[in-house]
Amino acid sequence: KYKEIRVLKTLLLFELLHVQLTNCEDKPWALDSEVGGEFGYLEEQADILRHFQIISHRDLLQNPELHGPKIQALLMWKYCPTAEPALLGLLPSLKVVASGGVGTDHLDVDATADFAMGLLLASAREILEGHQIAMDPNTVHIPQSLMGVEVTGSTLGIIGMGDIGYKIAQRSFGFEMKILYHNRTRRSVEDERAVRGSYCERLDDLLRRSDFVVVAVKLTSRTTGLIGRRELSLMKPSATLVNISRGQVVDQDALVEALQSGGIRAAALDVTHPEPLPRDHPLLGLPNVLITPHIGTNTNNTARAMVERMVENALAAVKGLPVPNEVRSQSQ
Amino acid sequence: MRGLMYVQRGRTLWRSAQASRRLQVSRLHRPARQLQQKRVMEGEKPWALISEVGEQGYLEELSDILTQHFQIIGHRDFLRDPQLYGEKIQAMFVWDFKPAAEASLLSSLPSLKVVANGGVGIDHLDVPYISSLGVKVTNTPNVVDEATADIAMALLLASARKVVEGHQIATDPKTTHIMQCPMGEEVSGATLGIVGMGNIGYKIAQRSKGFDMRILYHNRSRRSVEDEQAVGASYCQKIDDLLKQSDFVVLAVNLTPETTGLISHRELSLMRSTATLVNISRGLVVEQDALVTALRSGKIRAAALDVTHPEPLPRDHPLLGLPNVLITPHVGTNTYTTTRKMMQKMVQNALAAVTGQPIPNEVKP
Repeated sequence: KYKEIRVLKTLLLFELLHVQLTNCEDKPWALDSEVGGEFGYLEEQADILRHFQIISHRDLLQNPELHGPKIQALLMWKYCPTAEPALLGLLPSLKVVASGGVGTDHLDVDATADFAMGLLLASAREILEGHQIAMDPNTVHIPQSLMGVEVTGSTLGIIGMGDIGYKIAQRSFGFEMKILYHNRTRRSVEDERAVRGSYCERLDDLLRRSDFVVVAVKLTSRTTGLIGRRELSLMKPSATLVNISRGQVVDQDALVEALQSGGIRAAALDVTHPEPLPRDHPLLGLPNVLITPHIGTNTNNTARAMVERMVENALAAVKGLPVPNEVRSQSQ
Repeated sequence: MRGLMYVQRGRTLWRSAQASRRLQVSRLHRPARQLQQKRVMEGEKPWALISEVGEQGYLEELSDILTQHFQIIGHRDFLRDPQLYGEKIQAMFVWDFKPAAEASLLSSLPSLKVVANGGVGIDHLDVPYISSLGVKVTNTPNVVDEATADIAMALLLASARKVVEGHQIATDPKTTHIMQCPMGEEVSGATLGIVGMGNIGYKIAQRSKGFDMRILYHNRSRRSVEDEQAVGASYCQKIDDLLKQSDFVVLAVNLTPETTGLISHRELSLMRSTATLVNISRGLVVEQDALVTALRSGKIRAAALDVTHPEPLPRDHPLLGLPNVLITPHVGTNTYTTTRKMMQKMVQNALAAVTGQPIPNEVKP
């Protein structure tokens, strides 16, 4: 009963604070990149930020001595502003770095799985090239030679069968794809049965048998460079690699070689390292590569939900309340 | 533009290399049944008129599917001496609408028994007229269904999630930062309206189910309860209801007098301003001027078209200038697997007609 009262008191306090925050100008200060413009939040999401008094990175830098000490939260949307020592050193009152839009959100599962399918299908059926030909001022005939590869009935190998990987499996099932997966741990029998997925304990087996290999792992020390020269050489020459995890999971130099030599048919990447690639990077010049600028979660609904979550977390931390999505370091 | 041409040539060369790699593999796996048929036909092969091999016609590496059972002659060669070749030709293969099965051509083919189409749509063939000449018409249903349903999903996803724009930004020489755009539309959980729930429409429904989409459909006739329940589809007797509620409208009908101009100003006005139109049937199902107006004014969000009228569009057509249009050059069945199956079926139909056997896919007038 004592616990109940404490919980109720906390909730009530939070509610009062919430009301207070929205009613008066004593809102906590937060640093963000900027609202609107090329690098900032979408205008549609600006209202979610109303719980804070916002100062942009640019404005902070104009007078860091004045603004720096006020800031209690850093709202980092898709890596911006970067939480580097140089910046953090200007923020003595900082209580929280709230990250949104990448990595640990969990709100982005559906959108990311959808995007993986979008990349897979666009690559397989040469959508980009088709559109370019259809739009080309020189096009006089419908080309016969624009041939893609069959998706229905092909074999899909999912590396990393977490939430996103499993949603990809659910989507591919409708295309009658044969699903193989490789994961640190095996999924339940029911899960496997629902998508008729087969576990490949050895990554090599998955690589050898798949027509499409989708990489959906978290980036860790173990998954860095997971797909290297050896793995690419095991893949079929008719196979397509789809990466929606992180650029560093794939050895990019090895990928370039495999694509140039016909070791694999094509690659479709929403992630690279770095992002964006330097403009003279060989990947940008290859005809069998589809690259998108990390837009796997870029839908209005998902982005909004992620901004809301980020702000919620930041507010909780600033108020000293339990933080819904605290990320602890691995040593803790 | 020149840069694009060089890239395309490079791609064509690269693709030929890939194709010959695949061809080597496929030759090793030719089924015994086909070899047996070859022995049986080793006598005089019947003559067949085709458009051409290579260039705008059949892929070189697939042409053996034709030559295995037929002595083929290309349209251009035929026209050099129609009297000589005309009498011999018993079959005509129509691929990508070519050659056109018009009176002027058919009248020079006195021995013609069959016009065998590659593909399921036969709106470009005057079936009553051809039949009146005592010539059979065949098409290739079923084998096209999966690849076509796949392309519908590919177009839907690419349009919704701005894959093409994304690639253009990612590879643009001027790109220095990852930006917030492009923002797309959510596919998961969205409402999909399928106009035309035949084999292809149904396969589209099966694929969309995996995305947790709410599926509505409009069709001349309602499907069975089992069919509806299997994909979670709801019947809209009135197309207006489907148009008002859908985030994505996919057209998967045959082209007939009833479906010509099915989607015009009125239908586009009923659609949501956030909706996407996907067309994989025929260009003429959509009134293109109305579509241009709707896209320009924001009446609908975007369109993704594998088919237009004509194909390709004239280079100054307004559709080509709109930022919210994705167009592919009728690639709905463009995979080696499906193309091969279509050609095999087309040849099978023609062979049956020429040898007086029951014809698998005859199109009756």
